[in-house]
Amino acid sequence: MKQRAIITVVGKDTVGIIAKVCTYLADSNINILDISQTIVQEFFNMMMIVDLSKSEKSFDRIADEIAAVGQNTGVQIKCQLEGIFDKMHRI
Amino acid sequence: MINLAEVFETNKMIEQDNLDVRTITMGISLMDCGDADVDVCCQKIYDKITRLAKNLVETGEEISRQFAIPIVNKRISITPISIVGSSCCKTPDDYVQICKTLDCAAKTVGVNFLGGYSAIVSKGMTHSDELLIRSIPQALAETERICSSVVVGSTKTGINMDAVRLMGDIVKETAQQTAAQDSLGCAKLVVLCNAPDDNPFMAGAFHGVSEADAIINVGVSGPGVVKHALQHMDEEQVADFETLCETIKKTAFKITRVGQLVAQEASKRLGVPFGIIDLSLAPTPAIGDSVADIMQCIGVERAGAPGTTAALALLNDQVKKGGVMASSYVGGLSGAFIPVSEDQGMIDAVEAGALTIEKLEAMTCVCSVGLDMIAIPGDTPATTIAGIIADESAIGMVNQKTTAVRIIPVEGKNVGDTVEFGGLLGYAPIMPVNQFVCDRFVNRGGRIPAPIHSFKN
Repeated sequence: MKQRAIITVVGKDTVGIIAKVCTYLADSNINILDISQTIVQEFFNMMMIVDLSKSEKSFDRIADEIAAVGQNTGVQIKCQLEGIFDKMHRI
Repeated sequence: MINLAEVFETNKMIEQDNLDVRTITMGISLMDCGDADVDVCCQKIYDKITRLAKNLVETGEEISRQFAIPIVNKRISITPISIVGSSCCKTPDDYVQICKTLDCAAKTVGVNFLGGYSAIVSKGMTHSDELLIRSIPQALAETERICSSVVVGSTKTGINMDAVRLMGDIVKETAQQTAAQDSLGCAKLVVLCNAPDDNPFMAGAFHGVSEADAIINVGVSGPGVVKHALQHMDEEQVADFETLCETIKKTAFKITRVGQLVAQEASKRLGVPFGIIDLSLAPTPAIGDSVADIMQCIGVERAGAPGTTAALALLNDQVKKGGVMASSYVGGLSGAFIPVSEDQGMIDAVEAGALTIEKLEAMTCVCSVGLDMIAIPGDTPATTIAGIIADESAIGMVNQKTTAVRIIPVEGKNVGDTVEFGGLLGYAPIMPVNQFVCDRFVNRGGRIPAPIHSFKN
């Protein structure tokens, strides 16, 4: 069964944000299903829908590690299970 | 598929508008823990609570991490102890021993409050009920995490005025015995009319006798989210009532959906059936997370100004209308809470002279619960406190709704002082109480008959 999560990235736009996030996901065997992003007043907003089911890492470890990737890049990265968004915005 | 705007809307509610799930409360039946020996009874209670709630806190934290939604409290409600202890407790001290066992169990499993040190005496008091009630001041003074409640009336039974009168004394005594902590014991003691069996919110939570062996109930919150939505709605021009109601309803729906998700996940992961969602706007002392602020957004200058009761009635009804569809089972208290000390906007309104106990009483006719977390002078007579309890119970009895009184006669303090309870309980200015007495009324003895259910006006 797929375990889908949403990764959000918020922060000042710099070179290579997506690359760093994607590198981490690839190394962790996490498949990206969808990416969308916008830049509002130099602020970078991105969200990814990813599939965690093939990764051997636990959810908590992925969430911690990807948050650390964000800290190193100067942006805030959050990883949440998809359920909260689905539940709130879909009947 | 979920889009960017929706994801950021949800996260903004959590990060900026204080959206949280206020409590996951596990209801546990202790009906099978009764015994003729108080030590054996205590052991059974301790074993059952620590067995069923072993993973409650850890599971709550895991859900919180995975969905990135704060779950503020993990709590337990139990069968009213006056029932469980009836066969072994011969003195108030025996009940205090059970209370200490409960406190110990609460600490072992890591919950911050355990509710159900309670008696239901809406029509009459058994000997065991009375022993429990008389043990409350000492029990609350000698424990840390136990909440107590006494149900003194209902629409079907009327009001037990003997119990009301007794509770006047018990509230006073509890205040005196916890005087060193600004009478904090009274913040953990509530007197109810028409109490629901499945309320997840403290201090009035207990696991009613109509409930299953164990159950997960969830209380949602989110005054900050509603406030933000209303501010946004009025940005360009002042919206009419239709738009106002729709906005509250939609926001309540979204908030409740998060509660429903958390309840289902907790139920699945703990292997305990899902009970109900309590659709409540529960404020916190955090700036912006206030029901009084919502009143101001709706259009009254301060909570307590003329129009407040109507605004609150509207808010309460729309929260229910939005929330009911968002959840498969709704129960508990479900409505907007109006505690004073736990809501910065209410505190400000009291300090500005806009809000009095009498206005708060009127507001309780149209919202959930009642006179909540109100600090009054320590020298208020027990009979006056009983009178306040009788008034509030009458509102509940006649209007077929839950009402409650949680007032704190703070020892050694008077109007003009403030009292600090700390944490989610907040702080409160001491509010003046009507100085005229009601001794002859509350000392009559007996009960007020149940009201007629026809000829409504």
